[in-house]
Amino acid sequence: MNDQQQTLWDFMRQQSDKLATQTLEHIGLTFISLFLAVLIGLPLGILIARKRKLSGSVLGIAGILQTIPSIALLGFMIPLLGIGPKPAIVALLLYALLPIIRNTYTGITGVDAAVKEAAMAMGMSKWQILFKVELPLAMPVILAGIRTATVITVGVATLASYIAAGGLGEFIFGGISLNNTNMILAGAIPAALLAIIFDFLLSRVQKLNFKKIKTGTYILPVIIVLLASVYFIPSAYGSKLTAGFTPEFMGRQDGNLGLQSKYHLKIHTIVISDAVMYKAAYEKQLDVISGYSTDGRLKAYNLVVLKDDKNIFPPYFAAPIVREDALQKFPELEKTLNLLSGKINDTVMTELNYRTDYLHESPENVAKDFLVSKNLWRPDRGGNNGIVRIGSKIFGEQYILANMYSMLIKGYTDYDVTTKTGLGGTKICFDALTNNQIDFYPEYTGTGLLVILQPSQQIINTVEGSKEKTYNYVKEEFEKRYQIKWLQPIGFNNAYALMMRQKQAAALNVKSITDLKNYLDKK
Amino acid sequence: MIKVEHLSKHFGKVKAVDGISFDVNEHENLVLLGTSGCGKTTTLKMLNRLIEPTHGKVFINNKNIQEQQPEILRRGIGYVLQNNGLFPHYTVGENIAIVPQLLNWDKKQIQHRVSELLEKLHLSKDYLNVYPNELSGGQQQRVGLARALVADPPVLLMDEPFGALDNVTKAKIHAEFKALDELKKKTIIMVTHDVQEAFELGDRICLMDRGRIIQQGTPTDLLFNPRNRFVEGFLKEQRLLLEFRAITPPPPPEGGTLRLNGKVLPPDVSMWWVMEQFKFKGNESISVYDDRDKEIKKLGFEDLMLAFYQYKQQKTHE
Ligand SMILES: Nc1ncnc2c1ncn2[C@@H]1O[C@H](COP(=O)(O)OP(=O)(O)O)[C@@H](O)[C@H]1O
Ligand SMILES: [Mg+2]
Repeated sequence: MNDQQQTLWDFMRQQSDKLATQTLEHIGLTFISLFLAVLIGLPLGILIARKRKLSGSVLGIAGILQTIPSIALLGFMIPLLGIGPKPAIVALLLYALLPIIRNTYTGITGVDAAVKEAAMAMGMSKWQILFKVELPLAMPVILAGIRTATVITVGVATLASYIAAGGLGEFIFGGISLNNTNMILAGAIPAALLAIIFDFLLSRVQKLNFKKIKTGTYILPVIIVLLASVYFIPSAYGSKLTAGFTPEFMGRQDGNLGLQSKYHLKIHTIVISDAVMYKAAYEKQLDVISGYSTDGRLKAYNLVVLKDDKNIFPPYFAAPIVREDALQKFPELEKTLNLLSGKINDTVMTELNYRTDYLHESPENVAKDFLVSKNLWRPDRGGNNGIVRIGSKIFGEQYILANMYSMLIKGYTDYDVTTKTGLGGTKICFDALTNNQIDFYPEYTGTGLLVILQPSQQIINTVEGSKEKTYNYVKEEFEKRYQIKWLQPIGFNNAYALMMRQKQAAALNVKSITDLKNYLDKK
Repeated sequence: MIKVEHLSKHFGKVKAVDGISFDVNEHENLVLLGTSGCGKTTTLKMLNRLIEPTHGKVFINNKNIQEQQPEILRRGIGYVLQNNGLFPHYTVGENIAIVPQLLNWDKKQIQHRVSELLEKLHLSKDYLNVYPNELSGGQQQRVGLARALVADPPVLLMDEPFGALDNVTKAKIHAEFKALDELKKKTIIMVTHDVQEAFELGDRICLMDRGRIIQQGTPTDLLFNPRNRFVEGFLKEQRLLLEFRAITPPPPPEGGTLRLNGKVLPPDVSMWWVMEQFKFKGNESISVYDDRDKEIKKLGFEDLMLAFYQYKQQKTHE
């Protein structure tokens, strides 16, 4: 698409509805969490100011909560509270708790003892002292705590989109995975502005004198509640099933956009991160997810891939791509790499990924076991006739493939090998290849087409439906433009796929995306 | 009016107050005098139950204070602290009105009472809406006093009320304090470590040391009949000054008066005050008049000194 030519302003105007929704969701999430954090933190702070013995443990626990990485905390919430706003709010409120408790405690214990004593000596009751003396005098400190908590919450709330709670994180993380700067900025700038504005407003409240702070103290909760109420829990479309799609999938033509235009699929959809999506499906928080067809978690969580009967997901067949000069320098290389060709299908790759990603076996062991089982493994010949440099992207499947290629080269040729694994995304890997930093790496036909070549929509439409056409197109174009050769495909297709729980799919008799649509349309 | 019986307070091993007993009569001003750490504050706070005693009893108006609800008890006892304890977030007016508010007085009544007290304590009405931190130390102390007096409690407890003031301000406030009509009908217990202050303001003094009362009595009792070396030692540095203040010039005959430059002197005028009026410029004197307004003799500096030493000798041999 034409993201590159689009200005940020265009993007924001075009997406103004979404932007407004996300901003409101963001404000709502922030203030619901903040409101609850004040509701819990203030009494706790008062309690530990009264019973100092408790202060160590309460502040300690709140402190520990805050050191848990936000993503991990969100992850812990899923088994307890599922996905969506509830776990997000709980996680956010846990983060906001520490500054509120701590400042309430410091504020109250910092009140001049003589003033408290005078209050007591005049016959004020404990509660009167609390509300007329301690809280008003501690208020500037307490407000400072709320201010800190607000800024933290605005920031962390961007992560809420990971567990389908909405907010500006949808743009930010969607933009990161789609490599769309405008989208990132459309989320990041409003989020930063929110933090700055709330911080400024609260700093003004904090500086009010005692007279005004009295009124301020009454108004503030009202404002917080009002702001909190703008958050509406993502509304159900009344559909029977719930889908969870990654931000990237949401924004792609060969993703949710295609599902809508070609299948006319209408399903209640929430945005969620890849990291928790599979698990959420397993735990029946979600019914349909957008995953990768060879992902190990497919096996781990008993999911099935729905057949893409209208071919909207372009094929992502994997094959090694090699610079031509490397093929000349290492004449044995092509033959050796092609040993793997056609050996690994989707099921096998899923199984291998399952062993590394889920069972945490080392990619090296997994690679060797596989080669041994196919009678392809040979001991290292300890060759020193030049060094082949292998690259890989930064995920399990690529590590496994890189290891297999390394073993094959060492076993079948006299070349030595170095591996540069974990080369970030496509762009980094491909640049390393063209700049002669590595000699080859495994790439996917769909990525070659859509990310590297980026041809016109017309060409995409003509080749996209078929495995061969796509392969041939990228092979020709890569040779022409970059003098890089696509060797024979390995066999598996790691494409986007819709998946469901095996049991549910069987029960509903859903095998393809069209089946799913028909099921959903039945009232 | 107030009866304290065998009162003790132990903080762990520290016997802050160690079995003290004393009585205070109605409208009397009793001073608890002693060095820092001798247990004065602790004693005072046990009277309005800011501190609960380890042993002993306190009766106010023949009622055991342990049997009263602390909040109610405290609303009937004025309390003035050294560092005044004014609420920094309340204006002067609001500070003074705290107790009446707790007692649910109506607004008009509160306003009236607050302005009345401001006037009596020589504070301008302009201060009504000012916060305490905008006032001088002396002014703050007056507001603290006003706050304690506002509901007209019969008993007033004062913990080093003038301790934070400089000497000039202190002297001025002492004078005002003695002149204030509101205080005349109060039973006051005041804590101080300042011997001069104790002698100037106290009707009776309890001299304390290490949680015990060493001697109680009138200022002249303490001066001229010290019970032991400790009392003597405590007063030693300022003895001469205190004596001049405690002793009056020889009284005129029945129905007569003492006059200075034609003005009649009050009967309890101190030797100290008279000497202060002398400019030491020649033969200054006060005149003694008899009951028919006839001058019988003049008393010059030497005469007064002679009378002073005679009085002292007589007192110490009593
Ligand atoms: N809350 C307390 N805990 C422990 N010791 C105390 C406490 N309050 C007072 N004390 C001790 O009791 C003694 C008397 O204190 P205090 O009544 O304040 O003396 P004063 O008012 O005469 O200076 C001191 O030794 C002091 O350290
Ligand atoms: Mg004291």
